[in-house]
Order: sequence, then C-alpha cells, then structure tokens
Amino acid sequence: MRTHLKFPSVKGNVLPMVLLAIALIALPFALALIGTAWVRITNFAVLFVLLSLGLNIVVGFAGLLDLGYVAFFAVGAYVYALLASPHFGIHLPFWIILPIGAFIACIAGAVLGAPTLKLRGDYLAIVTLGFGEIVRIFMNNMSNPINITNGPKGIAQIDNFQVGPIDFGKSDLLGGLIFSGPIKYYYFLMLALMVVVVINGRLKDSRIGRAWVAIREDEVAAKASGINTRNIKLLAFAMGASFGGLSGGMFAAIQGFVSPESFVLNESIMILAMVVLGGMGNIWGVIAGAVLLSFLPEILRYTVEPVQMAIFGKMWIDPEVLRMLIFGLALVLTMRYRPAGLWPESRHRREMAVVPVK
Amino acid sequence: MTQEVDVLLDARGIGKRFGGVHALKDVSLTIRRGEIYGLIGPNGAGKTTFFNVLTGLYQRDSGEISFDGKPLTLESPHTVAAAGIARTFQNIRLFGNMTAMENVMVGRHVKTHAGVFGAMLRTKAERAEEAEIRRRAEELLHYVGVATHANSLAREMSYGDQRRLEIARALATEPKLLALDEPAAGMNATETASLRVLIEGLRADGLTVLLIEHDVKLVMGLCDRVAVLDYGQKIAEDIPSVVRSNPKVIEAYIGTATH
Repeated sequence: MRTHLKFPSVKGNVLPMVLLAIALIALPFALALIGTAWVRITNFAVLFVLLSLGLNIVVGFAGLLDLGYVAFFAVGAYVYALLASPHFGIHLPFWIILPIGAFIACIAGAVLGAPTLKLRGDYLAIVTLGFGEIVRIFMNNMSNPINITNGPKGIAQIDNFQVGPIDFGKSDLLGGLIFSGPIKYYYFLMLALMVVVVINGRLKDSRIGRAWVAIREDEVAAKASGINTRNIKLLAFAMGASFGGLSGGMFAAIQGFVSPESFVLNESIMILAMVVLGGMGNIWGVIAGAVLLSFLPEILRYTVEPVQMAIFGKMWIDPEVLRMLIFGLALVLTMRYRPAGLWPESRHRREMAVVPVK
Repeated sequence: MTQEVDVLLDARGIGKRFGGVHALKDVSLTIRRGEIYGLIGPNGAGKTTFFNVLTGLYQRDSGEISFDGKPLTLESPHTVAAAGIARTFQNIRLFGNMTAMENVMVGRHVKTHAGVFGAMLRTKAERAEEAEIRRRAEELLHYVGVATHANSLAREMSYGDQRRLEIARALATEPKLLALDEPAAGMNATETASLRVLIEGLRADGLTVLLIEHDVKLVMGLCDRVAVLDYGQKIAEDIPSVVRSNPKVIEAYIGTATH
C-alpha cells in the first residue's frame, strides 16, 4: 500500500514500458544518423539527469537549498581524472574509481553539511554557494607548490572506460551496427540512470526518506518525534553528494578532460533549475526537467541561426544571446504558470495550488 | 493506607531565565506512573516553558530531572523522545504535506533502525520493518479515530482530527509519558468531550499523561493531580478538589480584593 509514489507499475502498463525501452535502446543509433554530436549531447543530458536526481535528495526531499552542488560533481570528476590519466601516471579501472569518487564526494558532502546544520533557507544557500566556489578555486590553485590538479590548465588525456576488450574510446562493429564511443557511454549512462532512479524511489519511500520529508515540513516537530535531525540532514547531504561524485567520474571519462571551468556556479544553478522546473521531490518530474533544460539550449543553438537566415536573410541577433533569452523566458513562463514545476510531486502540487478564499 | 508511590518523573528545582525574565523559578514536581497530571496556571505562568525544558527544546539553567529511575539528559528533543517522553504542540505541528499515515510512520522512526543501505537494497529486514511500521501506524490511526483519513494530507484534515493525529504520531514513539500542550485549545464542546474520552482511554491503557490546559473544567474533571504555576513558581500541587479551594490558586486566577 505504498500510495504516494507513482512509479509506472509493471502490471497493466507493460506495453508503454516496452515501447519506451525499445525507444531508449534505439535512440543513440537514430541520433547518430543526425550526427554523433547529438549522441554526446544526449549523454550530457543523462549526466544532468543523474545530477538532478542527486540534488533532488537534498533540495526536494530534505528541503535544504544547496547552491554549491556542482562541487561534488567536481570532486568526482577530479578523482577520476587523477586516478586515470598520465597526470600522475595512475591508470585504475573505472569500476574502482567510480565508487572511490562517489565515496570521497560523500565525505565532502558531510563536511559541507556539518557547518550548515543550523542554517536554513537563504543562509544555507549562501554558505553552500561559498562551498561550491571554494572547491572550484581549490582546483584552480592546487598546482603549487605540489602540482595536484594542474590548475586552470586542467587534466587531459583521461582514460576511457574499458570493459574487458571493449574500449569506450573506440568504435566497434557488432552485428552490422557501429557502436561508437558515445553510444557505448550512452548505454552505460542509461544503466546508471536506472540504478539511480530505483535507489531514489526506494530512499524516498523508506524510514530515512520520511525523516527527510519530515525535516522539510517541520524541523521542530521532526526533532520532537525522535528524529536526530543533525544526522539525518548530514545523510541527505552525503547521499546527494555521492550521486554528484558518481556523475562527475563519468563526466571526466566521457569528456576526456577536466578543468575548473566546468564547475562554475552557473552549473549549480542550472541543476537546481532542473529540479525546480521539473517538480521538486518527484523523481519523474526531475528527470523531465533535466532532459528539457539540457536539450533546449542545444536545440536553440542549432535552430536560431538557420531560422534567422531564412526569415531575415542575415544574422540579426547573435545566436548565443537569443538562446539565453529564449531559455530564460521559458523558465520565467514555467514558474509563472506552473509554480510547482512541470510535473510536481502530488503533495507539492497541492501546496502550491491557490486556495480559494471562503 | 500507605501505598508506595511509583514516581515516573521527578523534576527538582528547575529554573529557566530569558534575559531578565525568570520564566521558571525552582519548580519541582513529581508525576506518578499511570496518572493524568495537570499543569495549569494563568497566561505567562511558565507552563509551556516548563514543557519545552522537559522535552529538550530549551536548555534549563538549573535543576535535575529523573525519569523512570534514570537521570534524563535533555540535550536534544530527539534524545528525550528516545527516552520515552512524547509531546504535542500548542499550535499543532504536523508534517502538513505528508499523509496522516506518513505522519504516524515518522513517529516510528525512533523505534526502528533501517538505514540508507537497507532502503537502497530493500533488504528482507528492511521490508519486514516497513510492514511493521505501517501496521503499527494503521493501528494508531484507528486508536485515535482518524483511520478514515489515512491517505489525506495532514493539513487538509479538520482541526480536531489534526489534534488526534498529532497524538497518534506522539504515541508512535511508544512513550512512557505523553505530554499534551493545550490539546483542547480551539476545540468546540463536542470535540473537547471526545478528546476527553481519548485521554481517559490512554490512562486506562496504562499511559502516564502530562496535560497543560487552559480549560480548567477539563483539567479538574480529568486529572488525578494538578500543579499550578504562577509567575514561574509552583504555588500548589494536589488532587483537583484541594487545589480548587487553595486560596493562592484562587488569587492567581481571580486576583485579590484587598491588598
């Protein structure tokens, strides 16, 4: 009788699920026909979905506004980069590094969480924002006196995933289909996504998940009900951060290069926007938000220029400017007309609904 | 007839200041196992302050509390809840956007153990515990009489039902002492009457209840013993009929004619 979590149930919903699965399996090949760039764009979209689901634990479940989430992404990415590149000459396999990265990010999450436990709302946002910047600046400056992160130049030539004889950096021909590197990463990301979605759903509907929501709803009452709010909040930070670290590791491998520039405040805000736009707390909403916000800028990037050329015969507005303008407008409109997100958690939807005055 | 008194809670010399205000001065009281103990007093007498000290929300400045034969550490509300004191709030504090069922399930937190890994792997132990939490929560919803609203959001329930739900959530922690902060506040006569039946039922089931209440009629009719606070000090503690005729109590409530 787990009523509030509406996972598409297996019973009676088999056909749409099978169709969705087939579509997702076929997707990278269809995209490859348009251009490999689109497979890469899709991969980054899935990475952002993973990040949003991690942040959703902190912001959506526990209600802790975290503006420095990208720091954990950075930690995961740098752990991967340092342990699988010529920078230190260490080349560990990915299945060892990814858990290490997630674990170190998890510790970082708890370290960030500890000083913020007494803070709420705006104050918490400011402190976490500061933490995000500190991590980035650390990465930028840890090239002296001992060169650990290679500073602003970043770390290049990061190893690709390797599963037995399959190298994710090369193309393979299998059954007449070309499995390019990005396509292989796509399948790996999809696998990771499935695991993360299941874990998220299970956490939400557990003793710990209820404690998170209880803290979000009323911290004093949560304490009085016997919840050790300090530990449970730290747990939210740590869990969210470990998902960030995991995504970071995959990002480093896919990109083959990491530098502090990838982990600016903008990224944190973008991930937060995905969570809020999609619908805080609702796993499917968060996924929808992340997919939408990842693709929208890319689609605009590829359409703004041709459309202008077709209409005006010349470039009127710089594509980059117009892209951000449309993007911002879409966000504002969504928040105006769907304040609880595109696909809100049922309880948020009711919370945000306008209550008629009696 | 001498009977050995079974003391559940023994507070001695509790003091609490807020800046220059002496909210509690050397308050000592003992609550016996199985009784309904009333704490009354005019507005600002320090009832809620005492309550908040007792439940770990405020840190006391002086005094000791022993509970169930052990000294009670009051460092944090959750340790107090774990020790066996559950409370409700004067202004109802439910988890508004959770269902009634979930609210009570949260109350089971302190008596259960499943962690993150149990939840992620959904182990056998975790599933068994979840089923037990749910079963217990259902039972409690029935007990307080709001089972029909199990899947309603807490904040969409009626005022009286919210009070009951808050009691169910407190009961979920399996307390030895249930502390109710003005449970009848804002209730109409019918709701108060049925609340009274509920509290009497709790005592019949062996629970000890500490009741803060403005409704003197309810307190006098319901409580086995009553303490009266005035200006942060205890001015009386006895059975209701004695307290009622105590001149100090009458003075505190009505004031004196002559000075």
